Amino acid sequence: MAPLRRLLDKVAPLFEEGGKWEKLYPLYEAADSFLYTPGKKTDGAVHVRDGMDIKRLMVTVVIALLPCTIWAMINTGWQQMVADTAHAEAVSLGLKSSWMTALGLGAWAFLPVYAVTIAVGGMLEGVFATVRKHEINEGFLVTSLLFPLTLPPDIPLWMVGVGIAFGVVIGKEVFGGTGMNVLNPALTGRIFLFFAYPSYLSGSVWRILPAEGAVDGMTGATALGDLVGHGDVSQLGYSWADYFYGLVPGSMGETSVLCCLLGAAFLIFTKVGSWRIMLSSVLGMVGMTLLLNALSGSGSTPAIQGYLAMGPEWHFVLGSFAFGTVFMATDPVSAAQTDTGRWIYGALIGALTPLVRVINPAYPEGVMLAIIFMNVFAPTIDYYVVKSNIKRREVRLGVQ
Amino acid sequence: MNKATKKILVDPLHVQNPITLQVLGICSALAVTTKVETALVMSAALTFVLVLSNVSISLLRNKIPGSVRIIAQLSIIASLVVVADQLLQAFLFDVAKEISVFVTLIITNCIVMGRAEAFAMQNPPGKSALDGLSNSLGYSWVLIAVGLFRELLGSGKILGYTVLESSTEGGWYVSNGLMVLSPSAFFLIGLIIWVQRALSPEMNEES
Repeated sequence: MAPLRRLLDKVAPLFEEGGKWEKLYPLYEAADSFLYTPGKKTDGAVHVRDGMDIKRLMVTVVIALLPCTIWAMINTGWQQMVADTAHAEAVSLGLKSSWMTALGLGAWAFLPVYAVTIAVGGMLEGVFATVRKHEINEGFLVTSLLFPLTLPPDIPLWMVGVGIAFGVVIGKEVFGGTGMNVLNPALTGRIFLFFAYPSYLSGSVWRILPAEGAVDGMTGATALGDLVGHGDVSQLGYSWADYFYGLVPGSMGETSVLCCLLGAAFLIFTKVGSWRIMLSSVLGMVGMTLLLNALSGSGSTPAIQGYLAMGPEWHFVLGSFAFGTVFMATDPVSAAQTDTGRWIYGALIGALTPLVRVINPAYPEGVMLAIIFMNVFAPTIDYYVVKSNIKRREVRLGVQ
Repeated sequence: MNKATKKILVDPLHVQNPITLQVLGICSALAVTTKVETALVMSAALTFVLVLSNVSISLLRNKIPGSVRIIAQLSIIASLVVVADQLLQAFLFDVAKEISVFVTLIITNCIVMGRAEAFAMQNPPGKSALDGLSNSLGYSWVLIAVGLFRELLGSGKILGYTVLESSTEGGWYVSNGLMVLSPSAFFLIGLIIWVQRALSPEMNEES
C-alpha cells in the first residue's frame, strides 16, 4: 500500500491552501480519509475523544448491510433463472448447487444500479462539498448502498440517477448536509421514484425481464399488491418460510428477513442501531395487526376481511417491514434522539405500517411511508420528551 | 422614472416577491399550476382583481373609517372577484370549470388583502395601481414558471402542445407522476426560493 500513500502525499500540496486545485480539496480529503486514517490531531483545549467517528459508524452500517446485499444479488439472479427457460437445468439442481450462477446474474442487475447511484450521488456530494467548502461526508456510503437495495431489479438506470439526485439534494443538502437532514435521504429518493413513476416501482413481479424464453405469465402483482385483491396468504404461491429466507420476488435487498435480522444483530451488538426503535417498531406492528384482526369482521368483502385477519407473523415477513425497521428507521440522524422518544417513534412506525397496507389499497407497501412520516415527527417527539423531563424535575425540586 | 416608482415596480418581482419571499398565495400556487393554461388564467384573474381593488381602495382610503376598514376592503375585493369569476365563466368556460373554486378564493388570497392594507390605504391611486400590477406580475411569473415545469415534466406538454413525446403515446419520455401532484409545486417553489436567495443574499433572514 506504500505507493498509494506516496502518491497521495505527492499530490497533497496541489490541493492544500495555495495549491493549484485548492477548491477541490474536499475531493482529495475524501479519497485520503476513505483509504487511510486521517493523521489530524485535535488542537485547542483537551476533550475526550473516541475512536467512534462518522466514518466508523457508517462503515459499521455498511457491514451490517452486507448479508442483505449478497442475498440481493443471489435472489435477483435466482428469480431471473426461474423465469428464464434457458436456466431450467440449473434451476432443477436447486439453489445449493447453482447459487454461483444466480450470484453472477444478480450482480449483473445490481452492480449497474449501484454504480449509477455512486456516480450520480457521489458527484452531487462532491459539488456541494466543494461549493460549501466542507469535507465530503461518509454518510453517503450508507445512503448509496441502501438506495439500490430498495429498488426493483428491472428499474431503468436513468431513473436510479434521478432518484438518488432527488434524495441527496432535496432529502439532505437543502437541510444543510449530513447530520442536518430531517428525512432519510435514501428513502426520500425511493419515495420520489414511487410517486413519480408508480408503474415501475409497484405492481408487477420484478425480474430482469425480458429474458430469453421468459414465460409471459410472469408479471403479476407482488405479494402485498396481491393480498389487497384476495386477502388470502395461501394463494400467494410461497410459504411463510420462503418469505422469511427471502427466495421470493421483490425489491432487491428487502426480500430476506433472515439477512435483515443478521444485520440487526450486528447493529445492536455494535450499539450503532437502536434496539429500542427496532423492538418498539415490531411491538407496534403486532399491536396494530391484532387490532385489525379483531376488526376483521367489519370488512365489506371477503378479500378485505381476509386481509384484515392476516396475522402479525405475515406482516413481519412480507414486504420491506424488516428491512425498513432495521436499516431505515434506525438512521441516527432522522430518528428520534431521546430514549423515550425512540420508543414512541418506533411504535408509531410499526403501527402505521399494517394500517397503510391493509386500509389503503392504493399503497400496497406502508413501511416506507410510515418511516418518512415519522421522520418528520421525530423532532416534535423529542421536544416533548425533553420538555416533560424538565417539568418532572422541576416538580421534584419544588420549583413549580 | 424616479427611484421610488422603480422600487414599487421592481421589488415585487424579485426581492419582495409575494410568493417566494412573503409566502402568500401559496394555496392557489399549488392548486392551479398543473398546467400552464390554468396558471395563465389564474394570473390574469388575480391581476384584474388586485389592480382594480388597489385603485378602488386607494380612492376611498380617506373615506373608509379605520374601525371597519377590513370589512370595507373585503366587500370591494369580493365584488371584483365575483366579476372576474363571471367573466371567466362567460368567455373561458372550460378553464373556468377547472379553476372556478380557486378564482372565488381570490377573496381570501392574502396578496390582495395585504396590498390593500399595506399599500393602497396609504398611497394615491396611480401608485397603488402600479403596486397592484407589479405584485400581480410577481405572483404570475412564479405561477407560470411552476406551471411550465409541472406540465412539461408531468405530461411532456406545454399549453397542450406535445414537447416531449410521452411513452404512453409511443414516444420516449416517461412522464413524472409526481409533477401532477400538489407536493411537486412545493418542491419547485422551494427550488425557486433557493435560486433567488443564492442570487440575492440580502433576501436571507438574519440568523
